[in-house]
Amino acid sequence: MSALFDRIREALAPKLGESSVEHGTLVLRIEPQALLGVVGALKDQFRFDLFSDVTAVDWLGREPRFEVVWHFYSTMHRLRVRIKARVAEAEPVVDTLTGMYGAAHYMERECHEMYGIVFRGNPDLRPILLYEGFEGHPLRKDYPKEREQPLVPYRAGFEMPGGE
Amino acid sequence: MDSKLPNPIRPAFTRNERDDTTIVNIGPSHPATHGTIQIVAELDGERILRADVHCGYLHRGFEKECEAHTWHNLIPYVDRLNYCSALINNFAYCETVERLMGIEVTPRTKYLRTLLAEYSRVADHLTCVAAALMELGAMTAFLYLVMLRDYIYEHLADLTGARLTYSYGRIGGLARDLPDGWLKRLEEILVEYEEFVGRVHGLVDRNRIFIDRMRNVACLSTADAINWGYTGPILRSTGVPRDLRKDTPYLAYAELDFEVPTGIKGDNYDRYYVRMREMDESVHMIRQLVDLLHEKGGGPLNVDDRRCVLPDKTLVYGEIESLINHFKLVMEGPQVPAGDIYVAHEGANGELGFYIVSTGGGTPYKVHCRAPSFVHMGGAHKMLEGHQLADIVPTFGSINMIGGECDR
Repeated sequence: MSALFDRIREALAPKLGESSVEHGTLVLRIEPQALLGVVGALKDQFRFDLFSDVTAVDWLGREPRFEVVWHFYSTMHRLRVRIKARVAEAEPVVDTLTGMYGAAHYMERECHEMYGIVFRGNPDLRPILLYEGFEGHPLRKDYPKEREQPLVPYRAGFEMPGGE
Repeated sequence: MDSKLPNPIRPAFTRNERDDTTIVNIGPSHPATHGTIQIVAELDGERILRADVHCGYLHRGFEKECEAHTWHNLIPYVDRLNYCSALINNFAYCETVERLMGIEVTPRTKYLRTLLAEYSRVADHLTCVAAALMELGAMTAFLYLVMLRDYIYEHLADLTGARLTYSYGRIGGLARDLPDGWLKRLEEILVEYEEFVGRVHGLVDRNRIFIDRMRNVACLSTADAINWGYTGPILRSTGVPRDLRKDTPYLAYAELDFEVPTGIKGDNYDRYYVRMREMDESVHMIRQLVDLLHEKGGGPLNVDDRRCVLPDKTLVYGEIESLINHFKLVMEGPQVPAGDIYVAHEGANGELGFYIVSTGGGTPYKVHCRAPSFVHMGGAHKMLEGHQLADIVPTFGSINMIGGECDR
């Protein structure tokens, strides 16, 4: 099991920052521009065929602010790899994985609307859980939880419980 | 209705590819889409040329809300993801937090969680199959299966106090132990299950109408399924035995004897049949787990760890340390060490993963749910394109999109 992780770390060493094994998952920290090379090798060489997830963590107050997190699973080896890349608020851009995994289409759309991460090369970053015209990125830490943007106006006289 | 209400979505296409086709909008409230889903489709007569699937109408900010609650207080929100098998969500979330805290649950909790997860899987598959059959006109089969599901719901209400959203998992254990006679009633329900699921097999498996509507409709190859992120019964229906319970065993699955049913070509019929067979396997597992509970499942329910488990009430009222402990756990929440972890369980619909980030306090910095229904909707157009408009109904039923989990 860890032998595979060692081989991955060895093969990808020049492209990687820090890497470790945490709770049975291989964690690779990379620079955003290394993404396509690392994921391509994981998919073709090491058979990580299932794209599980992409999301971001907003470390408001730190630089670079966002950490984009991808999870991959290998149905052959039954192991997971997590990739992390930090991007700055001024340029929250990473490459899209839609060329390699179909599943990336929907998940990148969600990550885009929730955190404002731009997936370079993804032609379709329309809102998916939110609606057209929604302002801001609700999972960013500086988006207040109480802020409301109702698409359908509330009925006259209606007050939100606990509202001002 | 205000006619000026803006359209909440922007379709991927608004122009016809050919001049003899029609673009129609289906949903979000439409009989063909059980659940609030919207499909914009270009039709050539009755045939779907391309489809653009939208979800999100049930979005309620689950992940945002989690960041404002303690690790414990958000368990009821987790219930409302896949509300057809809420216990699986509960246990997947609790195990994610427990692993970050380095806690191993007691044997009794381990066996009980496994048993209840399989019981929930039966309820979830019953719902899915019953709804899919009803939409094809098989009302008798629907009533048989939903009757069984209701037995299960009432039985779970005896244990948890709720029919649907149980909030029964706890970090480090479970809310309460089994009431008297619960396992006896369990066996009675399993016997009923065998009787009525047998009848459903007899009613529909070789029914000409059913086969014509289901066989060779919405086929999915294994390569496509994996490319589009499909897991669970849909992936297995394409013919590969990929199941997290076998591949990366968690809870007590390593101790159980069970098979992973697979289909032949990943069409609607295979998805129906895989779910029916999976329920049989779950019942087989539940019976083994009842035995395991008797043999090895004695002892306490909750771990003895003051970081997450509330102290005994008599101690809270009797000594100051326990009172403070209780107060801190309720007001500040369990202290989860800083770090992040991704844990996936085999939910009823596929890989249900939680990715949590802690900065070392009683409140999560981030809780992300990898919801199988959401990922499955991302590839749904692949299954719909090329088929008839009427095939949306059984195809959608066999994907089993659960809005609460898809839209979060």
